[in-house]
Amino acid sequence: MKKNWWKILTVLLLVFTVVVGMLSDVPRLAILNETIRNLYFHVPMWFGMILILLVSVVYSIKYLRKPSIKNDIIAHEAAKVGILFGVLGIVTGMEWAKFTWGEYWSNDPKQNGAAIGLLIYFAYLVLRSSFAEQQQRARISAVYNIFAFAALIPLLFILPRLTDSLHPGNGGNPGFNAYDLDSSLRMVFYPAVLGWTLLGVWIINVKSRLELLRQRIYENV
Amino acid sequence: MRKITKVLFKEVIYLMQKDFLLEWRQKYAFNGMLLYVSSTVFVCYLSFGLRSNALQVPVWNALFWIILLFTSVNAIAKSFMQENRGRLLYFYSIVSPQGIILAKILYNACLMLVLALLCFGFYAFVLGNPVEDIPMFLLSILLGAIGFSTSLTMISGIASKAANSSTLMAVLSFPVIVPMLLMLIKMSKNAMDGLERSASLDELLTLLAINMIVVTVSYILFPYLWRS
Repeated sequence: MKKNWWKILTVLLLVFTVVVGMLSDVPRLAILNETIRNLYFHVPMWFGMILILLVSVVYSIKYLRKPSIKNDIIAHEAAKVGILFGVLGIVTGMEWAKFTWGEYWSNDPKQNGAAIGLLIYFAYLVLRSSFAEQQQRARISAVYNIFAFAALIPLLFILPRLTDSLHPGNGGNPGFNAYDLDSSLRMVFYPAVLGWTLLGVWIINVKSRLELLRQRIYENV
Repeated sequence: MRKITKVLFKEVIYLMQKDFLLEWRQKYAFNGMLLYVSSTVFVCYLSFGLRSNALQVPVWNALFWIILLFTSVNAIAKSFMQENRGRLLYFYSIVSPQGIILAKILYNACLMLVLALLCFGFYAFVLGNPVEDIPMFLLSILLGAIGFSTSLTMISGIASKAANSSTLMAVLSFPVIVPMLLMLIKMSKNAMDGLERSASLDELLTLLAINMIVVTVSYILFPYLWRS
């Protein structure tokens, strides 16, 4: 029970996010209207994705320093959960864009960057599946994982700032600092980020334990 | 420290000499790629069915960079696949992995530069040349050659370890290279429109920064790749 406090915290934070996020008052703004609530679901997905991919990279580095099957499995599962968050982020973003920008996909630099980022990690999965030998697969995909993350950073954080974008926080559009004069959005936003990220960590935890057990069964067969 | 740098430098020079020498003796990769570039350009010319100067500027630019992208993926994919097992083992015993990756990057950059310049010449000859600021356009070609070779060399090292390496090469490299390609297209578009040179400064610096990141990461990671 002592070790599981963060799981309880995750559940509480997510319940708080969903209930308060759906029911609380939000600033009334033209065009945005109620879609501003997407801040509690769409934006935390990207925060969560970056943090979880960072976990994946850290475990890849750990693997290269000290090869062990556990590090490899965690890096792999974290990359998969990162992809899941990325897909959810893109879907929630497209849904939001349909109501505010008028199109699901309007060729915005942020959208394109997100799509390319996902492609990089799909390529990571393809690379993994093309090796039969386990140690070689683990090492080479760790190398690609680190390399891809280094390529992802300019894609997500530098390029969109150089071009005009419709996305809030870019190209002269106000980010959420301008909206929440009374900080009411922040009250829910920060718990939401924490909650979703913890949920991702929880999924990684369960999945990598399952995978480790599976490996052990294979060894004993 | 200084001694290590000196040794590394020597290794890089030797390995590059070896690559150029092999290329000169076999003339296999270079002639093949030259033919590849010229037939692609010619196919584009025929399939657009146009006389000279009839392509719009953005189309001309995008087509040029797409041809270069495919050429470089094909040319650089060979850099590790053409080495046979025995030679790789021999290198493994006498030189450091850092030397190998730096030598390959530099060699590929030279190869790409020559190919890109020839491609530009032929392309401009066949499809017309709407570029207004040619020195700036050449600069973007130079940065493109360096950028393609830095990121693709590492990817080709990764892909050469896998079973279906030619498919994997494309799948792994395209997403990684897109940010660079977008910057290059923008910069060369500025050069084509003859905008002021300071307008491209942002792109130029970003490209250099991306190149630095990629070279550093390759330098650090290649030893792990080399070991297998």
